[in-house]
Amino acid sequence: MSHDTHAQHDHSHDHGDHHHEESFITKYVFSQDHKMISKQFLITAIIMGFLAMLMSTFFRLQLGWPGQSFPILETVLGRWAPGGVMDPNIYLALVTIHGTIMVFFVLTGGLSGTFSNLLIPFQCGARDMASGFLNMFSYWFFFASCAVMTISLFVVGGPASAGWTVYPPLSALPQAIPGSGAGMTLWLVSMSLFIVSALLGGINYIVTVVNLRTKGMSMTRLPLTIWAFLVTAILGVLSFPVLFAAALLLIFDRSFGTSFFLSDINIGGMALEHTGGSPILFQHLFWFLGHPEVYIVLLPALGINSEIVATNSRKPIFGYKAMIGSILAIAFLSFIVWGHHMFLTGMNPFLGSVFVFTTILVAIPSAVKVFNYLATLWKGNIVYTPAMLFAIGMVSTFITGGLTGIILADAALDINIHDTYFVVAHFHIVMGASAIFGMFAGVYHWFPRMYGKMMNKNLGYAHFWLTITCMYGVFFPMHFLGLAGIPRRYYENTNFPMFDHLTDINQMISVFAIVGAAAQLIFIFNFFYSIFRGTKASQNPWGSTTLEWTAPMKHMHGNWPGKIPEVHRWAYDYNKPGKAGDFTPQTEPMAPGEEESH
Amino acid sequence: MISFLTFFVILLGVITFARIIRIFELSSELHGTDVNAVNESDNKTHSLLLLLFGTFFVITVFYMTWSMKDKMLPISASEHGVGIDTLFNANMALLYVVFLITHVVLIYYAFKYYHKKEHTPVFFVHNTKLELVWTIIPTIILSSVIVFGISYWSKITAPAPAEAIVIELYAKQFDWTARYAGDDNKLGKSSFRLVDGSNALGLDYTDADAGDDIIVRNEFHLPVGRDVVFKFHSRDVLHSAYMPHFRAQMNCVPGMTTQFHFKPTITTEGMRAETKNEKFDYILLCNKICGASHFNMQMTIVVEDETAFKQWLGSKKTVAQELKAAEVVPVAVTDSLAAHTDSVKVHEVTAEVVKH
Ligand code: HEM
Ligand SMILES: [Cu+2]
Ligand SMILES: [Cu+2]
Repeated sequence: MSHDTHAQHDHSHDHGDHHHEESFITKYVFSQDHKMISKQFLITAIIMGFLAMLMSTFFRLQLGWPGQSFPILETVLGRWAPGGVMDPNIYLALVTIHGTIMVFFVLTGGLSGTFSNLLIPFQCGARDMASGFLNMFSYWFFFASCAVMTISLFVVGGPASAGWTVYPPLSALPQAIPGSGAGMTLWLVSMSLFIVSALLGGINYIVTVVNLRTKGMSMTRLPLTIWAFLVTAILGVLSFPVLFAAALLLIFDRSFGTSFFLSDINIGGMALEHTGGSPILFQHLFWFLGHPEVYIVLLPALGINSEIVATNSRKPIFGYKAMIGSILAIAFLSFIVWGHHMFLTGMNPFLGSVFVFTTILVAIPSAVKVFNYLATLWKGNIVYTPAMLFAIGMVSTFITGGLTGIILADAALDINIHDTYFVVAHFHIVMGASAIFGMFAGVYHWFPRMYGKMMNKNLGYAHFWLTITCMYGVFFPMHFLGLAGIPRRYYENTNFPMFDHLTDINQMISVFAIVGAAAQLIFIFNFFYSIFRGTKASQNPWGSTTLEWTAPMKHMHGNWPGKIPEVHRWAYDYNKPGKAGDFTPQTEPMAPGEEESH
Repeated sequence: MISFLTFFVILLGVITFARIIRIFELSSELHGTDVNAVNESDNKTHSLLLLLFGTFFVITVFYMTWSMKDKMLPISASEHGVGIDTLFNANMALLYVVFLITHVVLIYYAFKYYHKKEHTPVFFVHNTKLELVWTIIPTIILSSVIVFGISYWSKITAPAPAEAIVIELYAKQFDWTARYAGDDNKLGKSSFRLVDGSNALGLDYTDADAGDDIIVRNEFHLPVGRDVVFKFHSRDVLHSAYMPHFRAQMNCVPGMTTQFHFKPTITTEGMRAETKNEKFDYILLCNKICGASHFNMQMTIVVEDETAFKQWLGSKKTVAQELKAAEVVPVAVTDSLAAHTDSVKVHEVTAEVVKH
């Protein structure tokens, strides 16, 4: 077990080059190397994301053309889509698993797992994570969790179907919906494994950032990516245990007859013995994680964005300290806003008012971030790599989706749009699209660092333009469906004459969704093609200042042969007056009389 | 066989595609250029595309908002709903302005500042004054959003006037039942333990308040211009009573009573004229995922003038009348189950005995 100690060890001795032989198993499977683990997270997330996307095209078929037969559905879903029309229960199951996979596996495990692992040691100047061993466990718990969730698709009764929020009593009672039988049990098992993975990862990220920064890398010289990953990890470590508690209590209610969340229920002609619990308690526990969770999804994407926007504008990020301040403010506020998901649960109206207040406050640091991005672009010299396009797209989605959040935060207005398609539009744009765009941007930007190869540029461009068009084409019109009163999680809207005039909009959305999904195949192709056949990347293809581009492209343990580079400046000295070249790496010592910028 | 062929064709397609890309990359390598390095013409192209796409997007957002306005919910049919709409529109107007400004700036910068060799970007690290301005202005604007929002929310959720008509909306998988409180305007007690085939709401027939209650299904009526206070119940999973035309919604939670009150202001006939649609009906839908038929859990709402309402309600049987018709005699018994009940202080619940 030399790996988890060598990082600290090397600080004093600096003999990074480890020349012990690795077997296939220790190199590719049970690897303790942060670079390999990062790739493992990424590829797992791509596979899971593909699955979740496929599900969304299936239920979009049903929503666009309700009741129409699509033989492909019968081929794939079998007896759950007799005659090519999916069953209402399986519709709910697909929506539930789609949401769960996207939020947890792709945008939490996938996003943080890939980029925190890749960049924290690299950009802090560490040989590896504080504990490579725990890091390996973090991935394998994640893998197990993905595997259990995938297996749950095949059990009798189908997978969990109570929505990704798994509110009891629906999620607690197999009498209420078939998915709440074995499927829900596996959902809870999978989620527990996932939480273990998130905690192992999070603790590791925090310790590494706090303890293993190289000489000269003070907190105010850290790239914003690392700040974002650090705060994200803290959010996760503080909030995931609460979800774990909720999951555990739900397991008790389901299997051992306790009544934490159940009371006064008469179902299937039987009065249940559970009394005294409250379904609302579950919602408090769930959203105490659930709201920070949306920032766990978003903050890493924002951090990645800051890095990419600055690098490709060839300009320092504007308002570095304000960026850190806003990350911290958002993180703090995210713990005291969870009630905005529960305005209509019968909570005390005064308490509701408090949550309105705290929630709308979040808009201030968010606005600051947007203005800082705009100021960074101003008078820049923008290089349009595919990563930069996604980063600009993300600024747009963050604005568009963030603004509607102000409406939903207003309890009085939420009365009429709560749980409608307005919400689906809002969270897909601000959380789904923004975080996915951040993730794509990150993959295009750091692919050379991961694989030593370039991704194909033109396929990247095609991917971006199709994706942003389809993304807005799918989610923008959904606002109007919501304002017309269409509830979310509806299998079809045909039972209400008041929705009949919206059929064509639903069809248009479905067409965009399917084209958009197809466009993702371009990315998947590009990704795997470039791993094997991509053109060779140069040492620092984007002209970045940060440390990861000083490490050799060839895979090696410990990241740098010989000494770990020392850091002398912040990460954003692009086109600093008086310096040669259009960027000054962090490793370059201050010239005499040069002033450090912040 | 067909699926095998499809698979084969797709595989072939992918391989061909990969070969073409490879040839492309190799040929440019021969010319000594890196195909995947971004060149000046890429920068120009994509800045222009961003300008075009961005402009198209912003125009579409406004155009769509305008073209969809008749497809949205019609004007509010309740008193408080008018205020919600006003508040909504005011907030939306504000958001559209912010959206427009930020997007115009984003698109313009993205277009204008694409990479040019001769250009040197400014080294602009921070500017305290500017940063204060753009922190304080949103703070002021958002404070007013908060103040208006909270004060209206408090108004809507203030206790219902005492003379409000009491109606229970009772949810179960997958339908709604409405129960009017009757002459005494008090709902009789109910318990989930008393539910059975003939007593779907689990009414406690021995409760004096229960006799005059009136239970209706499929459709319920409201008098125009009178305050109505709804008490929501669920007997199995969560549901949510959503009455979009009245801008009203509240969750139905097993083990708990929730409530919401409003005053309908437009009759069904009035709304039919307003929307020029003779078939228009107010509707109650379920808006919290509750199982397979969540998408079809509805009840029609009829709003009419007070006389018509009284007449309609008068034509319905009260609980007592129905019991009599069915010859059900309420008998007080001690339910052994009640001994286990720790939440509700029920010492005596009733069971019913159907004669013959
Ligand atoms: C691939 C493109 C996507 C499409 C076409 C799509 C479509 C949809 C639709 C139509 C629904 C609502 C279904 C209903 O309420 O009946 C939904 C639910 C959801 N989606 Fe997506 N989505 C996509 C990507 C994403 C992404 C990237 C995320 C990540 C945040 C995401 C997260 C969710 C969540 C959390 C739900 C709610 C699930 C629930 O109601 O329990 N989706 N999606
Ligand atoms: Cu939230
Ligand atoms: Cu329901």
